Amino acid sequence: MEVLEKKNKNKRYKPILEGIPDWPVYRLSRNRKEFIEQVAQKSIEHIKQLRPTRKHVIDELEATVYREQQRMKRNRWRVDPPDEAGFWSKIKQELLELSGKSPEESAKKETELLNIIVHRYANEIAGNFKPSSYRFAREVIKFWFSRLLNASRVKKFGGIFRNQYTLRDKIQIIGKVKQLRKLARQGTIVMVPTHFSNLDSILIGWIIHALGLPAFIYGAGLNLFNMKIFAYFMNSLGAYKVDRRKKNLLYLETLKMYSSIAIQRGAHSLFFPGGTRSRSGMIEKTLKLGLLSTAVEAQRNIYLNTLSGEKPQKIFVVPVTLNYHFVLEAPELIDDYLSIKGQDRYLPEQDPHGSWGLVKFMLKFFTKGSNISVSIGRAMDVLGNYVDDDGNSLDTNERIINTEDYFVLNGQLTVDAQRENEYTRMLSQRIVTEYHRINRIFASHLVAFVAFEMWQKQHPKLDLFGLLRLPEDELKLDYAAFRKTCKRIRKKIYQLKQEDKANHATHLKGKIDLVIQHGLENVGIFHLKRPLLKNKEGNIITQDLNLLYYYHNRMVGYDLEKFI
Amino acid sequence: MTSKNSSETQPVGVIGAGNFGSAVANLLARQRPVLLYVRDEKVVKRILQTRENRGHSIHKNVVPTSDLQQVARECEVIFPIVPSLHFRSMMRKLSPHLHPYHILIHGTKGLDITLPKGQSIESVPKLNRSQVKTMSEVIREESVVVRVGCLAGPNLSKELAARHPAATVIASPFNEVISLGKKMLRNDRFQVYGNNDLIGVELAGVLKNIIAIASGALTGMGYGENARGLLISRGVVEMIHIGKALGGNVKAFLGVAGIGDLVTTSNSTLSRNFQVGYKLAQGMTLEETLSSMDEIAEGVNTVRIIKKCADYYKLRAPITNTLFKVLFEDLTVKQAISYLMRYPLNVDIDFLD
Repeated sequence: MEVLEKKNKNKRYKPILEGIPDWPVYRLSRNRKEFIEQVAQKSIEHIKQLRPTRKHVIDELEATVYREQQRMKRNRWRVDPPDEAGFWSKIKQELLELSGKSPEESAKKETELLNIIVHRYANEIAGNFKPSSYRFAREVIKFWFSRLLNASRVKKFGGIFRNQYTLRDKIQIIGKVKQLRKLARQGTIVMVPTHFSNLDSILIGWIIHALGLPAFIYGAGLNLFNMKIFAYFMNSLGAYKVDRRKKNLLYLETLKMYSSIAIQRGAHSLFFPGGTRSRSGMIEKTLKLGLLSTAVEAQRNIYLNTLSGEKPQKIFVVPVTLNYHFVLEAPELIDDYLSIKGQDRYLPEQDPHGSWGLVKFMLKFFTKGSNISVSIGRAMDVLGNYVDDDGNSLDTNERIINTEDYFVLNGQLTVDAQRENEYTRMLSQRIVTEYHRINRIFASHLVAFVAFEMWQKQHPKLDLFGLLRLPEDELKLDYAAFRKTCKRIRKKIYQLKQEDKANHATHLKGKIDLVIQHGLENVGIFHLKRPLLKNKEGNIITQDLNLLYYYHNRMVGYDLEKFI
Repeated sequence: MTSKNSSETQPVGVIGAGNFGSAVANLLARQRPVLLYVRDEKVVKRILQTRENRGHSIHKNVVPTSDLQQVARECEVIFPIVPSLHFRSMMRKLSPHLHPYHILIHGTKGLDITLPKGQSIESVPKLNRSQVKTMSEVIREESVVVRVGCLAGPNLSKELAARHPAATVIASPFNEVISLGKKMLRNDRFQVYGNNDLIGVELAGVLKNIIAIASGALTGMGYGENARGLLISRGVVEMIHIGKALGGNVKAFLGVAGIGDLVTTSNSTLSRNFQVGYKLAQGMTLEETLSSMDEIAEGVNTVRIIKKCADYYKLRAPITNTLFKVLFEDLTVKQAISYLMRYPLNVDIDFLD
């Protein structure tokens, strides 16, 4: 349905920094050793502040060993280092021996153990950006993507060798691109995208390159490194590893310190603040505050450490939404979601697709018509105030304000952890609002939403699980009624856009029959069982209600349910 | 910002020289210079000449001014204490002069409403939470100030002026705001507690005014302490029920700003809200009652707003609903009481599950 899409205006962006040696991420990796050392030292200082007495430190060390051994017993991954069992049992042994030592000796040993563990973590987290493999990975992605694209689109013999289409035709980037490029030259960018698919990590890496920005450092779930293809690309794109299994204080503090210091050193950063992929398919409503807090903390430290007369480096938070017709992992994600709903238990990350599944998906993605669009949000300061193109924070009346003032009490810059926790919470709420505002609603989201809600309305007495248990072949929607409701909801979406509370794809406009057709053709396009389609009589049916629920969830949060 | 030598010599701002505003200015003036914003130039002159305002003798450390910009420029900490009806417009005037380093602690126990064009509070059928805001939410919406708190509790201005023992709650999500407020207000006759549930404490202070009107009405009818005990305990249940729906926690309602304030205002002839109920029971109309007062009784407007909120969220609020009929329709106090006494719901406590 290319006809419905506005002519793609996406243009090529020149790199904002000429050579890779100028990139902050490269400078970080060149001084990798020194950087890791600083992270470790600062982490230890901070941990000692949080656990001021010897008893506290010992308790924390013991808890760490216990948790690590439990993790190894329950949930080991391919990417885990082979020596870790030995490492932790040695630490445990040394902790046991502490009780026989004099207080001075014991204190020395505790610090030493703390040192060893934190250094291990810091090394494990640290990324390893190499310009040569970065260039290589970039070219590989570009080359193969465009070959595949042209093979499928240019309907001529030898299409595979043409260059008529590029990735830019497949992936549309809209929003505040110019501002982002300008601000990346003046300050440090912290990009926070929504997270729906494992593909996001690679996609966003390509987007950053396509926008002419230097590589970002970014926090990627360690589970991704289980897959070799991913591991290669991630490493070369500057990723650092976030292991969500490790919840002990030592690890969390080291991880946060890594992010904080990297940001303070001016490295543009990216992490998914939702933590893991959205299981339900909804846009994230609550964010993980850990990594987000490092942006606030880094900004405060920059203000504290800037000498008078110098201009402090400013941090810009840029929300991004990735909009898909199709999410490869949707069936597993929604199953996860439904099985944990109501009971908050831990779920191991599973990636049943592996490298081969991914390649198959890529093939399908590039040979069939299904576009992805990426919305870049307006940049904000760490308090969630919009900034102008020169990086000035603005209040709601567009008056320029000074972000530094948020950290001032009695005329003095002060450090207040409780205050900053609160600021982080406020920032997270702002990001969620921005997600909903810049989210681009597709026709496929519209049809999924309307169909599911209509079925829900037909069965008012059933709760969600009751509804999902209905046999699929009993569910049928009359096309005329479906069409009418789609039209009504679309009108509400237009209204939301006017109120600046949502955005929609250009293909949502035009004749409603064509929009519905576009939606039906694209929603969950590559799944074995299609979430929504037309039967022979032209009425709306589903093959998989769970999947439909997943795609429907994308439009939850706009209060549109009441207009069904 | 430029570093100011602030802690002891920098003045604290108070906006609004009503009864409570004057009392708070006097409390603050025991430790610091105070800049008191008064809208009316004449009142500034009068205070300067007589050192008197609304029956309070004004402390020598209090400097009255009619320059809002001056208050923002010279004070980092400001206590806005103006009626809810004027709060948003006051904030709009103040906002261009505010910076993120400012700290605002308000003392207004009322709600703000934003209505669709062409609607009035009389004509709008229902109100939802996006239209009804507490004062701290108004401050956040209208300004860059994020470190916001409120002052709530049993603080009858006349008793404060007479230096009777009393206490207040400062609520804010920010501990620094609480400790700053404590430092500024606390003295040997005035205890200050902290609470992090800002919205809960604000709602407790707002909702108790409804019960205060009802209590005045009971007294006006000549009923005694049994009736009041009944009203206060059922009143707490209703406050918590509504408060939870509007975003507060149960705990705030059980503290100084909840039960503490409720018991005080429900027993006090000094309270304006109590007076409204009392006079209505004596047979005066609402108009006559209100025109006999020198300041706004927040409770009257609160009843109207909360009734429409309760309708929107389908909340059970028998006291508020009945009071609404007494105030704005033609139910008499007597009829109202007999209706409530026949109200079928008989569960004592249902909010502690």
